[in-house]
This record gives sequence, C-alpha cells and structure tokens, in this order.
Amino acid sequence: MKRFLALLFTLSLTSFSHASDSFKVCWSIYVGWMPWAYGAEQGIVDKWADKYDIDIEVVQINDYIESINQYTAGEFDACTMTNMDALTIPAAGGVDSTALIVGDFSNGNDGVVLKDGDSLKDLKGQQVNLVELSVSHYLLARGLDSVGLSEKDLTVVNTSDADMVAAYSTDDVTAVATWNPLLSEIESMPNSTKVFDSSKIPGEIIDLLVINTETLKANPKLGKALTGAWYEIMSKMSGSDSAATKAKTYMAEASGTDLAGYEAQLASTEMFYTPKAALELTNSADLVKTMKNVAEFSFTHGLLGEGAPDAGYIGIETPAGTFGNSSNVQLRFDPTYMQMAADGSL
Amino acid sequence: MKRLINWQPNKPLGIFLGLLPFALLLVIYLVSSDLRLEANPNDKLLPSFAQISDGFSRMAFEPSRRTGDYVFWQDTASSLTRLALGVAIAATIGLMIGLLAGSLPLFSSWLSPLLTVVSLIPPLAILPILFIVFGLGELSKVMLIAIGITPFIARDILRRTQEVPSEQLVKAQTLGANTSQILIRVLLPQIMPKLIDAVRLSLGAGWLFLIAAEAVAATDGLGYRIFLVRRYMAMDVILPYVAWITLLAFLIDLSLRQMSQLLFPWHDLNSKQGGKS
Repeated sequence: MKRFLALLFTLSLTSFSHASDSFKVCWSIYVGWMPWAYGAEQGIVDKWADKYDIDIEVVQINDYIESINQYTAGEFDACTMTNMDALTIPAAGGVDSTALIVGDFSNGNDGVVLKDGDSLKDLKGQQVNLVELSVSHYLLARGLDSVGLSEKDLTVVNTSDADMVAAYSTDDVTAVATWNPLLSEIESMPNSTKVFDSSKIPGEIIDLLVINTETLKANPKLGKALTGAWYEIMSKMSGSDSAATKAKTYMAEASGTDLAGYEAQLASTEMFYTPKAALELTNSADLVKTMKNVAEFSFTHGLLGEGAPDAGYIGIETPAGTFGNSSNVQLRFDPTYMQMAADGSL
Repeated sequence: MKRLINWQPNKPLGIFLGLLPFALLLVIYLVSSDLRLEANPNDKLLPSFAQISDGFSRMAFEPSRRTGDYVFWQDTASSLTRLALGVAIAATIGLMIGLLAGSLPLFSSWLSPLLTVVSLIPPLAILPILFIVFGLGELSKVMLIAIGITPFIARDILRRTQEVPSEQLVKAQTLGANTSQILIRVLLPQIMPKLIDAVRLSLGAGWLFLIAAEAVAATDGLGYRIFLVRRYMAMDVILPYVAWITLLAFLIDLSLRQMSQLLFPWHDLNSKQGGKS
C-alpha cells in the first residue's frame, strides 16, 4: 500500500514523468526577461535545442513568485529570477541552483518614491508600501543604511504589486518602494519625488536564469542550448538595424507596453548584451560582496529558514570565492557556459 | 438479499467511514512528505509534522525578532476584529434593508431592483475603487467584507420576510397593530434566526474577502501572513495557518448555531416539530 501510494505521489509531485532529454524553462514578465518570449516565439530556442538534440519548452508564468515556487517544487528545470529570490526560495529550500546566465542588473529599475519630501531621511516615521521581502524591501533597507536610518524608524506595509499604482493614488499612502513599469507610472504622478533607486547600488539586484544544478550536471547540453539561444537573442536585439527594432517591438508588446515604454525601461536596466560583459560581473569580487549583503538582509528577515544560525548558513559559490558555509553550497554562479559563449564554442 | 439502496451503516461503521477519508489524506500527506524529505531534507513544499509544529510554535510562542509581538495571536486578533466588524455591519444593514423591502411595498419597489444589480457586482473587481474611497487602512478591509456580503444577506432576508404568511400580518392588523408593531413584534422574531442562518452561510465569503483584503495591503492578519511567507514558500507556516482558519471558521459557525438555539428556541421547534402541532 505504502509503496503504491509512494509511486502515485512521486509521479504527481515531481517532474520525473517527462523524458530526460526534454526540459521546461519558465519566465515571467520583466524587462530583462522579455527576450525569452521573443526567443521562444521566433524559434531561436528551438533551433538551439535541435542543435543539441534536446527539447526545450519555454513557459510564461504570470505570477513571478509562483514561477519560482514551481521551479523550486521541481516542475521546471530552469527559471528566471533575481539573485535575492534565488537565494531565499530555491537555495533556502534545499534545491541546489546554478545561475547559468547573468542577464542584467537593475540600474534604476527599482526605486523609492515619496509624496511629500525630497530625501530618504524624510521617510522617518512614515509608512512605506512595498512588496515585503522582495528586492524592493532589500533596496529600501540598503537605502536606509546609507542615511543612517533603519527599518525600525518606519512602518513597512505589505502591498501587492498589482495594486501598487491604485494604492499610491490614495491619501493613506505617502511612500512606496517598487519596480518598473509601476515605478515610472508612480513617479509621473504629481508631487512625487524619487529619493533612491537601484542605480545607487549598481550590480546588486541581478536578474538571472537559474537552473537546477543536478539537471545541469547531468545535461550539459541544456546549459549549452540555453546559453547559445540567449546570446543569439541578445545580439539580435542590441543591434541598431530594423531587426533589432522589430525584436524590441515584439518584446514591448508582449510585456504590455509600446516600443518607447520598453526602451525607457531598458534605459534603467544594465543589459549584458555580450557574454563578456556578463562574465565581468560574474567573475568580479564585487559579486561576493553583493551576495553577502543579500544573505545578511535575508537572514535578518528570517528568509534563510529557521535552521539558519547565521547569514552564511547557505554557501554561495562565485568564481571569485565562496561566501558562507562551503559544505552547504546551494547557489552557484557558474561562468562556464557564458565563457563558452564568449569563446564562440557553443 | 438486502438491496444496496436499503443498506444503512450502523453507528460505529458510520463513524469509521466518516473518518476514513481524513485518515487517508493524512497517510497520503505523510508518505509524500517523507519521500520528498528523503530526497531533499531542506524541501519546503511538504514539511513533516515536526517541522509544522516547529513553525507553529515559532509563530505562536516566541516573540518576533523584529517587533517583539507574538505574531500568531496578533494576526488572529486583527483578522477576527476585521471579520467581526465587517459581518456585523453587513448583518445590520442587510437586516434593515431586507426587512423593510420585504414588508413594505413602497420600499421594495425601488430597493429590490437596486439590490439585485448591486449583488451582481463582484466586490473584488471594484477593489481599486474601494481603496480610493476608503483608503488603504482598516476601513477598506472592513468595507470590502461588508460590501461583499451585505447584498447576499439583504436578499436572503427579503425573501424570508416575504415568506411569512400574509394571514399573520392580516391577523395582527385586525388586532389593531400598526406598521412598526408588526415589523418588530411579528416579523422580527421570525426573521432573526433566519438572519443567523444567512450570516452562517455568508461567513465563507466573508473569510474570502478578508484574506483578499489582507493580501492587498496590510501589516498583520492571517491572510497577510500567508501571502507574506508564500514569498519564500514557508509551508511550515502556511499549513498551520490554514488549519487554524478552518478551525476558527468551524467554531464561529458552531457558536452561531448554538446562539440561534439559545436565543430563538421557537425557530428550531418549528423546523423540528413542523407538522406535529
């Protein structure tokens, strides 16, 4: 009986049911991940999958957190997420994950906006509406640090990102921390001042394609195909010809805006169009420092799990060194495949 | 041979059959949780009972690292206050509208169509409007619950009021009762137990609106906590919260039923001994 049940629920709860050479990748709407929409639609992903004789299914998930949870539960082999969420959701959940592609970092895409007041210090005693425990929360904590305030000096109100713009237009809300495209919408409202944004902490909010480490180890072809497809899309969209415009228009429409709106979001995103640029960040010692900040923030907010005695409980491996417990490494920044792309050996 | 259709399980068997699905679900959960934890001891999707009880005692019996509150009880108190206020407002308004529209044609001629249309508006769809009108604070959460269930209660009370036999109203009038006496002495005692029934039925929707409101913007509450810890998949917190909400809902329903029997004994008498009198 137990055996039968076991079989039944292994089948229903894990992804063993699909063949080993077909894979599923999920992504959600965000300026730095729209290329996946284009790559899937234009057959670029399929082309690279065919080259390595595998199948890759690219799936759009409308709810960002849900997409990460699905990946963590084993429904997907790879998924797009930020460095902080990669640490706090899959890695803290014991799913050994590898940042296969470092796509971009937020360079103004996340910000803190005040209604009345023109500096971060004015936040003292106010309520700040934001998606709690998200990168907005991290950004706010980093900002407060820089002016000698702490979270104790204000009240954080958890507010759903879907309702952020409507919430901002009510009198109750005096300050928000959020991301684009909501940020630009809110900034453009009267009496609004952006007092802090991610361009002041460049390279700290990083957007990644995260892949299950075991799956990658067993199927290097998957890593090669995804990386190859990604940089083909990158080179297409970074050009100045009509093909680039066409690609970006497609991405703009798929994310519900127009070309101008998408270009504006791209302007506050540091896209790594070439593997070389991505490698620079991945290999740098700054990445270790960033991940230390992120791990410390996550630890003080209880995001590393209750078993975590300190911020270094979960090891984070980067080319320049490992932060935290090297015998419990759950998040790895692996430059191997991006290096192959840079060398043109994919 | 006895036909299947006539086969009644005896009492112990009935209890056993009633418990069987629960036990089966429990076993299924334990086995799949075991399996996942065996493959990955840090798995968060299906925590073991030990992890769940750890998660629960952490929330309920240890002061929070950030605020020093006992989070679980704080959440429960906030949510129950919101729910109680919202339901109380809805019951009061629903009773008044329903009773007046059900008994006075002058009221029903303009209230009924309005009520029908208003009850068709999905409250969650007008959430952004509610923010702008009532702000983001406690008021909007209470109002979402109230707006969500008032039309249901009002329509139910309206129908129940109309169901009161007109002979009673005629009789009261021949005995010299005026309109307000009929409303208060004849209709209200018969409608009050129906109001409790309507409230019991609408509590499910009330919880739904409460949790939706807390998911939108909040600093505490049962729904807030679930949506917050969902961000890092802390099932060891979500599952006890869901069980607690279920238990609370059950207890509230039970106490409303008891209250109805205690305060309005004639209502139960009618339904139990109907036809005997």
